[in-house]
Amino acid sequence: MTNVASSAAAQAPAPGRLEFENDYTPAEAERVIRNSKGLPVGVRPKMVWTWPKALLWAAIAIVGAIGWSILAVSRGEQISAIWFVIVALCSYAIAYRFYAYYIQMKIMRTDDANATPAERVHDGANFERADRRVLFGQHFAGISGAGPLVGPILAAQMGYLPSVLWIILGVILAGAVQDMLVLWISAKRRGRSLGQMATDEMGKFGGMILSIFLVVMTAIAMAFLALVAIKAMASSPWAVFSIGMTIPIALLMGCYQRFLRPGRVIETTLLGFVLLVLDIVAGGYIADSPVLAPIFTLTAPQLVIALVIYSFAAAALPHWLLVTPRDYLSTLMKIGTLVLLVIGILIANPSVQVPALTELAFTSNGPTFSGDLFPFLFITIACGALSGFHGAVSSGLTPKAVEKENQIRMIGYGSMLVESFTAVIALIAAITLSQGLYFATNMSAAQIQATAGESYSAEASPEANAVAATENMQVSDIEGEQMTTTWESVDENGDPVVYEGEEALTKAAEDLGEQSIVSRTGGATTFAMGMANFLKSYLGGQGSLGFWYHFAIMFEALFILTTVDNGTRVARYQIGEMLANVKRLKKFGDPTWKPGNIITTLVATALWGGLLWMGVADANGGINAMVPIFGISNQLLAAACLMLVTVCVVKMGRAKYAWIPVIPLVWDVAVTFTADFQKIFGPLSYFTTAANYRAQIDSGALEGEALANARAALSNAYLDGVLSVFFLVMMGVFLIVGIVVVAKTLISGKVGVETTSEEPFVESQWFAPSGLVATKLEKKVQREYSAKLHELAQNAEAAA
Amino acid sequence: MNLVLNKLKRAWRGIVWYLREVSGEARYDHYLEHFAVEHPGETPMSEVEYLRAREEYDRLHPNTSCCC
Repeated sequence: MTNVASSAAAQAPAPGRLEFENDYTPAEAERVIRNSKGLPVGVRPKMVWTWPKALLWAAIAIVGAIGWSILAVSRGEQISAIWFVIVALCSYAIAYRFYAYYIQMKIMRTDDANATPAERVHDGANFERADRRVLFGQHFAGISGAGPLVGPILAAQMGYLPSVLWIILGVILAGAVQDMLVLWISAKRRGRSLGQMATDEMGKFGGMILSIFLVVMTAIAMAFLALVAIKAMASSPWAVFSIGMTIPIALLMGCYQRFLRPGRVIETTLLGFVLLVLDIVAGGYIADSPVLAPIFTLTAPQLVIALVIYSFAAAALPHWLLVTPRDYLSTLMKIGTLVLLVIGILIANPSVQVPALTELAFTSNGPTFSGDLFPFLFITIACGALSGFHGAVSSGLTPKAVEKENQIRMIGYGSMLVESFTAVIALIAAITLSQGLYFATNMSAAQIQATAGESYSAEASPEANAVAATENMQVSDIEGEQMTTTWESVDENGDPVVYEGEEALTKAAEDLGEQSIVSRTGGATTFAMGMANFLKSYLGGQGSLGFWYHFAIMFEALFILTTVDNGTRVARYQIGEMLANVKRLKKFGDPTWKPGNIITTLVATALWGGLLWMGVADANGGINAMVPIFGISNQLLAAACLMLVTVCVVKMGRAKYAWIPVIPLVWDVAVTFTADFQKIFGPLSYFTTAANYRAQIDSGALEGEALANARAALSNAYLDGVLSVFFLVMMGVFLIVGIVVVAKTLISGKVGVETTSEEPFVESQWFAPSGLVATKLEKKVQREYSAKLHELAQNAEAAA
Repeated sequence: MNLVLNKLKRAWRGIVWYLREVSGEARYDHYLEHFAVEHPGETPMSEVEYLRAREEYDRLHPNTSCCC
């Protein structure tokens, strides 16, 4: 427990700040919360309406509504991508101000008189107060990853409208609600983890299911994202060189910080960033060099092997040497690039090429993902709208560092809104490219061959075949005509030219410094092309396209490499903890036990490495098969988080408002279970795919490579099928356990703090504002708080 | 002119403060503050010692950042 003096030392008030005049208006004075010592520790949340405020919100609502109607009804005309930014920002603002506030008042009932875990424990390590603005940044860095950059790109085949609806409405009603409420239940329970909370609230069985699910989900997410990175790096010497060089750069940064300038994080990060930019530039020279380029041209299987070896080395090397410095770089890239991109979109003002709905929205055999719009679009766009994994992050470090309960809305809900905004930007990147280019990039070689049909020629270039395939697809552009393949660039004289057809694809590859952009599935290439177009508009012009493209690839790859290290490490500990539950294997619970470390690392790497290998070996490129597995597992985890939140809400006696987590829960269960069901039974199922391959193999018509491909695809399909069944059973059981707990609570009518693991009230001694910017009243309270602290400290001194 | 300069200075200090906090560079300062209150009169760890201890702690308590 903290005493007053410690808080005083932590926030030694500046002399000027002591000048507190009791200038509260009567309405303001009523809202100030004081503890038993008379310290003002918070401000009661209240919506205060003034005329300018009301007008401002009305204006936001009107602009948002205009934006939505433009996106929804425009047919046969060009629209600007800036409307997407406007629609997103207006919707987020309204949701944050009104819906999240409603949840705060009705469900969370945050009370600044109550101490948060940071104040209760206050151990100076993890339980240490963090300024709300700092914590917002750290929490966002924690939840953001490559996921939201991939899903919207793949979903763009169906048109922009379903995607933009799900990204924005999904985050408002589901994703951000989940993040905020998990953060809230964890902050009320001393920052316990998801698995521990499930054990406390739903019994040991529920906790165990959640723990196992987390490990499997981590492995799948790692394999999927690593596959995306590998698809972007394969046969691209520029990307392989520049991303490979991040390892020596990280080592250099690690040594710099360890031996030359201990603890100077910012300096080290800047040094690393400069090296990174030089590295990307150098990659261009490597790609142009006839001697060096072949050395760095690696195939996908070679990259898998390299990645697995790398992750092993990363786990064995000391943390400060490789992992920590690369975390710095990726955090800087995350936040910096997001800002650059938004500015880029505003300046470039690209126009949307894709219609609200394409013909593929009504079929189930689009190239980037198969299945109907419902449910598969919603699981393809996973992380930007609803991501179960955020539950694990929201119950990690953030609840241990949050200063006041009233800040939970800003940190939990606000961070997820930014994450969703990243997804909107990824969507813009995909829909501002010409559709022909989009499909040529996102169809695997096998799909191009099948779609081109008779126009396919083994002698023709991949570009020619890709154009033939897109011409065979009956997909319209935004003006209602058959889609085309175009690329805006400049000719030898520097005059702007719009290249078309096969020429567009070769010119695009040349501009971007790649050998070819055909069949670069996975979304990373598409995203990078879009991003390069935005950034070149104000930073460097046409000549910088190759640099920005590889900057974007680097941006995604850094996320993914961080994921690979972090995921391996986390999965390793989770596996160790699970094994330690078995009596004979107790030793695995000790993280310093070396043999145990090696074994759990092996298991973790084998899990994701195996899945990744199978994805790469897949003849159809793997992405198509992996997307549903990844999306379903992530969103099933979200269902588990929402179930856990519902249990807590009902146990606290707030069943009247349980609809807030239950609505997204029901929707999410409908989506994931339908998708999973279709992946187990019926024409889209993995088992049907497996049966087809089995028939082909048994017929004896296949030979050589085709036979090997079919065998690989067969085992992939079986594994994916088994995983789908596993998910369905695990989460089905978890949900039943949750429903039983809810029913029991409702029937017995026993509710309240004593029925949950929520910690009882402890008086707070801290004050901090709630929102990103302190209000006028909060500034007054801050002054009173500083003055009172000073006074109390002096009294204590006098008494001593 | 002076007013603008002061404002710029304040903004710069704000940016430096934010970066130091968010990157964890300011952690040692917070440790010192914390230590002075909890263990008055004792000698705190040096910055290098503190960083080593912190590293060891982080190694044994990996935090879950999102993989997606």
